[in-house]
Amino acid sequence: MKTITAAGFVVLLFHALPCLAVQFEATGHAAFDWREYYQSAQFDQRSVSQANHQLSLFAEPEFIWSLNNAEHTFIFKAFVRLDSADDERSHQDIRALYWLTYGDNWEVQIGIAKKYWGVAESQHLVDIINQTDLVESPGGEHKLGQPMVAYTLIHDWGTLESFILPWFRERTFSGTDGRLRTGLAIDTDRAQYQHDREYRHVDYALRWSHSIGLVDAGLSWFRGTSREPLLVPQVTDIATEQFSSISLVPFYPLIEQTGLDLQATLGATLLKLEVIRRYFDAPLHQDYVAATGGFEYTFYSPLKTSWDVGALGEYLYDSREDPSLAIGQNDLFLGTRIAFNNEASTDVLAGVTQDLNDAGSRVLVVEISTRLSANIKLNFDAWVFAARDSENIIYQLHRDDFVQTRISYYF
Amino acid sequence: MKINTKIPSVLLMLVLAASASAELDFTGQSAQEYGLAIATEFKARNQGWHNSESTLTMTLRNANGEENIRKIRIKTLEVEGDGDKSLTIFDQPRDIKGAAFLTFSHVSGSDDQWLYLPALARVKRISSRNKSGPFMASQFAYEDLSSFEIEKYTYRYLGMETIDERDCYKVELVLLDELSGYTRQVIWIDKEHFRAYKIDYYDRKESLMKTLTFSEYELYLKQYWRAIQANMVNHQTQKSTLLHTDKIAFRTGLIESDFNKTSLKRAH
Repeated sequence: MKTITAAGFVVLLFHALPCLAVQFEATGHAAFDWREYYQSAQFDQRSVSQANHQLSLFAEPEFIWSLNNAEHTFIFKAFVRLDSADDERSHQDIRALYWLTYGDNWEVQIGIAKKYWGVAESQHLVDIINQTDLVESPGGEHKLGQPMVAYTLIHDWGTLESFILPWFRERTFSGTDGRLRTGLAIDTDRAQYQHDREYRHVDYALRWSHSIGLVDAGLSWFRGTSREPLLVPQVTDIATEQFSSISLVPFYPLIEQTGLDLQATLGATLLKLEVIRRYFDAPLHQDYVAATGGFEYTFYSPLKTSWDVGALGEYLYDSREDPSLAIGQNDLFLGTRIAFNNEASTDVLAGVTQDLNDAGSRVLVVEISTRLSANIKLNFDAWVFAARDSENIIYQLHRDDFVQTRISYYF
Repeated sequence: MKINTKIPSVLLMLVLAASASAELDFTGQSAQEYGLAIATEFKARNQGWHNSESTLTMTLRNANGEENIRKIRIKTLEVEGDGDKSLTIFDQPRDIKGAAFLTFSHVSGSDDQWLYLPALARVKRISSRNKSGPFMASQFAYEDLSSFEIEKYTYRYLGMETIDERDCYKVELVLLDELSGYTRQVIWIDKEHFRAYKIDYYDRKESLMKTLTFSEYELYLKQYWRAIQANMVNHQTQKSTLLHTDKIAFRTGLIESDFNKTSLKRAH
């Protein structure tokens, strides 16, 4: 309710300044999702039965107040989802609630917002400001709003962004009744932190980026609480269960991370590279390097069509050898992106991430979207998880193949 | 959504200069020299406007008469000695609302383009190769909307013809760019004010593909003529797109710093 009050306050504030030109706009979308899983779940127990169908509704309204020809902007963007099967997936978030102003070579943004860094398609290593809203999609592209003070300087030598991140957001995970979960349930209510100040630990980040001819480059640095938790097995409430019950507790360590992202745009070919080095604070000794690099080539109007057909290839590397920690340790991503350029803006994206260490482990995804009318959009997504080696992180999902149909109304 | 574009600084020939209507003197010149002289004057009359902001509606019509509406806003900055810089913001269809893209067009070499995707808060550098592809599924190709540069064509004067009771120079433009979807264009430019009235586009097979007609010219800054309507008809598919300028303002105070990756992210 705090946000409503804040939004109300801004309305009052702006409307109390009749001498200034205020522009207001309400926009956003609401959608219905239907997910169907094609295999029986692997973690059903006496007291837990994982869903085979998931229906859900969500809305993401956005309110924009802009003052004096956008010299000052105030944005409030809410998100709420109601899920038929998984209480953890029924959730709400403030995606944005910030004030932004700027001058010729600077910009200030204060409040809750989202920042994206990086160039790769198969995974997003460099991107670290926002926490992943993992219950939204297994691809991890949805993010929670992050409180921040961001100051940007724009000069001939590039753009320098500096961030103070005063409040940490915990990652969302599927609940026990949901799908796309680990065998041992993740108990998000008992999250632990390396630092005593827990979610109140203040994190810092810096990023320099620049476009030099055909190359767009970025260098970034982050110091603070890792967005990615370590999952620590813990015994819970032995007394109340017949069998000792073990769950996984998210543990958020302190890290320092440096990142590099590069893209060269050479005609129809894009070459991309992302590299990170992550350092952990003592006593954790888990420092690692990870990288993603590859290309995207687009055939424009092939075979006398008006389509754009893209071919993508990326190699994923992670220096950690334990396959239970990350997906992209020695993996190859191959994909295609087709834009039909029709009135309905029909797009198809299909890709496979193949584990090169374990021939049986791969993730396939197909995403199709098209417009049914000026305001209504239809999305169809299919995910397939294959794994033979039970040590592989994908094995946890190997019976969670699903198709999702989404109908969205945009306003 | 489809995004890979080349958007106009200002829709190419929508802008034309008026001012002094001194007639060109062609005596003793070849058809090629006449043609180049007309194109050079045409270009020269559309310089010095500094910057502009416009709101546009595109009405896409298919052969059955069904309509689709697109709405965009374009901010443009004239750059001395190079192509224009422009920021295009999508308003409709609503699912792509807030998407925007930034173009640095260049007289020589390929343009630089960045696309902002609001759902991911992501800025992507994109290829500017796709010249012949349709812009937002309309009958306008990206290249139809890019700024007119003398160096992109060779010219030939074909004679005088009357369009809408106006005396027009008829000039053939042969494209030098092999990535273009056209081999040549024929343009009718009125003798009095150097405003384009019609363009025929010929495809790679040399057959007439599209015709663009301009109407409702208005004068801005007492110097620049701009057509409020531009209608592109595709003769091969019977589809058409009407591009209507809902609002336009010149010299609105836009400067260089309104056209970078940071300003792209805050363009609503």
